[in-house]
Amino acid sequence: MLSIENLHVAVDGKEILKGIDLEVKAGEVHAIMGPNGSGKSTLSYILSGRGGYEVTEGRVTFMGKDLLDMEPEVRAREGIFLAFQYPVEIPGVGTQTFLKESLNSVRRHRGEPELDAMQFLKLMREKRAELGIGEEMLRRPFNVGASGGEKKRNEVLQMALLEPKLAVLDETDSGLDIDALKVAAEGVNRLRSPERSTIIITHYQRLLNYIVPDHVHVLAHGKIARSGGKELAHELEEKGYAEFGEADAA
Amino acid sequence: MSARRSFEFPYVEQFGAVSGGLPGAAQPWLAALRDDAAARLRKHGLPSARVEEWKYTSLASLAEAGFAPVGAPADAGTLPAVDHLGGMPAHRLVFVDGRLDAARSYRGALPEGVTLVSLAGALDAGESWLEDYLGRIAPLNGNALVSVNTAFAGDGCVLRLAPRAHLSDPVHVVSVASGASQASAFHPRLLVVAGAGAAATLVESHVGAAGAGAYWTNPLAEISLGEGARLNHYRIQADGPQGFHLSAIRARLAAQSRYDNVLLSTGAALSRNEIEVDFDGPGGECRIASGALMRGHQHADTTILVDHAHPECTSRQLFKGVLDDSAHGVFQGKIVVRPDAQKTDGHQLSRALLLSDKAEIDTKPELEIFADDVKCSHGATVGELDDEALFYFRSRGIDEERARHMLIEAFFDEVVALVEIGPLRDAMTRAVADWLGTGEQV
Repeated sequence: MLSIENLHVAVDGKEILKGIDLEVKAGEVHAIMGPNGSGKSTLSYILSGRGGYEVTEGRVTFMGKDLLDMEPEVRAREGIFLAFQYPVEIPGVGTQTFLKESLNSVRRHRGEPELDAMQFLKLMREKRAELGIGEEMLRRPFNVGASGGEKKRNEVLQMALLEPKLAVLDETDSGLDIDALKVAAEGVNRLRSPERSTIIITHYQRLLNYIVPDHVHVLAHGKIARSGGKELAHELEEKGYAEFGEADAA
Repeated sequence: MSARRSFEFPYVEQFGAVSGGLPGAAQPWLAALRDDAAARLRKHGLPSARVEEWKYTSLASLAEAGFAPVGAPADAGTLPAVDHLGGMPAHRLVFVDGRLDAARSYRGALPEGVTLVSLAGALDAGESWLEDYLGRIAPLNGNALVSVNTAFAGDGCVLRLAPRAHLSDPVHVVSVASGASQASAFHPRLLVVAGAGAAATLVESHVGAAGAGAYWTNPLAEISLGEGARLNHYRIQADGPQGFHLSAIRARLAAQSRYDNVLLSTGAALSRNEIEVDFDGPGGECRIASGALMRGHQHADTTILVDHAHPECTSRQLFKGVLDDSAHGVFQGKIVVRPDAQKTDGHQLSRALLLSDKAEIDTKPELEIFADDVKCSHGATVGELDDEALFYFRSRGIDEERARHMLIEAFFDEVVALVEIGPLRDAMTRAVADWLGTGEQV
């Protein structure tokens, strides 16, 4: 599904990622762990197409297509979803309006008919019920006045609506209490299927108690320093990142 | 730039030819008022950039344009449909090139104590009470816009509410420039006199017919609110691309009265939206919000003065501007708090979004505070669309152009939300969408 080969990325001329190789197959959940400043978030932004990052070497292929060649909106429509570490607030744009615009943009791209207001509301009701999200949030301007937990829940709701092929969760656990964490994890687990893949980017192991990964990678100094199974996450939980040089995190 | 504080305004030389034919010309008080206004214009001309209030807006092109007062009404032909109230019940007065078009107007049954007439009609009928208000709320004090309108105004709208009279359906004043004659100028006058506890809503729509060419509209509104009275005053300014729209509003608010003024402006080559509110008693409230969208070489000036002369009054000023291409925006907002106006609560916020490197905004907030127990503030931001937000939209599959449009529509939401009439809010949202070229999607 996703193939990253020898990826080098620089920001303002400074190399952040220094040769990443990663193969994510359909149905797999990969966790990318690492100390602060190791380049985890950079990887998530590269996959979603944020500006300001320069790929100096290497390639990324998604479903057989050159991902780096696509605009961010095209990546989203092709099935990549980034759950933001810090979702934005958008005053003046209703949550429902935003979600409908987003969903219909993706549906158009897939050649599916757009949902009208009634169909959309019905779908929203189902998804809200699954995720335990109150109606009140949808009536508010997008994320305005929402707590950290509510914003993350909104991210999971969007993921459930858009049904991406590859979800990238960037520090989705940060700022969540244990109940919110469980809800978010359930939302992600509900989407797990042999056709969908997930990349979980996290500093801590705790989210991985709820979303059990098939593979765990440690990112340090812009490179994947170690890869293993889910037991690697437990090892990191015990020993920390000392052997990967947490101290000189940029 | 001329070092002089003013320059000549040849337009005033046409006063002699038209004044005798203006409605109410036979009434000595009115003739004297008009003569006085014309004399001031002859003497003082138009203000140059040396005059502080006109530092950023030049009227040179107005003086050079060779405008002429509209003569006999020409056949207006097909006029644009103005549907800003979505068919809701309203008392509708349509003015074509500044004159009431009775056939296009509709006045429903009015409650007891409400007078709604055209100014020309009221003057012809010899309504003597007009003398107590016309030129009194907006006195001739050197302001050129006030002088020009006072000298040349012949028609407009008069709304009078007896104490406690409530007009539930809005009054919709539609001003259409037909373009039937070249370089025409008209000077609509609005007068609203609300007695104690009275309430009404006044909506103004200013539009130009397709191909109207250059014209000049110079509306002046005089508003007097009695104790506890309430007026919601909403405007859409969508004048033609070559139009000049120079408007002035003067409002006098008695104790505990409340005045809301919301404007959305997209039209005219050169526009000035001047609002002065005087608190004339304690406990009054006013909210002024102006949204302006500009592109090409449009110039739009919003100039607001709120004068707190009495205690415990509340005022809010909000300006939102979006400027593209080589547009030039101006926001001048002033709050004056006089020594007796303790417990004043006055705030002002100006926000501009620049969509192009060539667009420019001049912002001049001023606070003059002479009382010590007050809450006053102002804030101003000038910026571009938020990159973080744009990326977020795109990461959800929404293309960049649509994302920009949604963010710009959202930017004006704060202004539009103040309007208490649903269909008018929709019309304003639509006007923003039309400006963005996305009318279909709203």
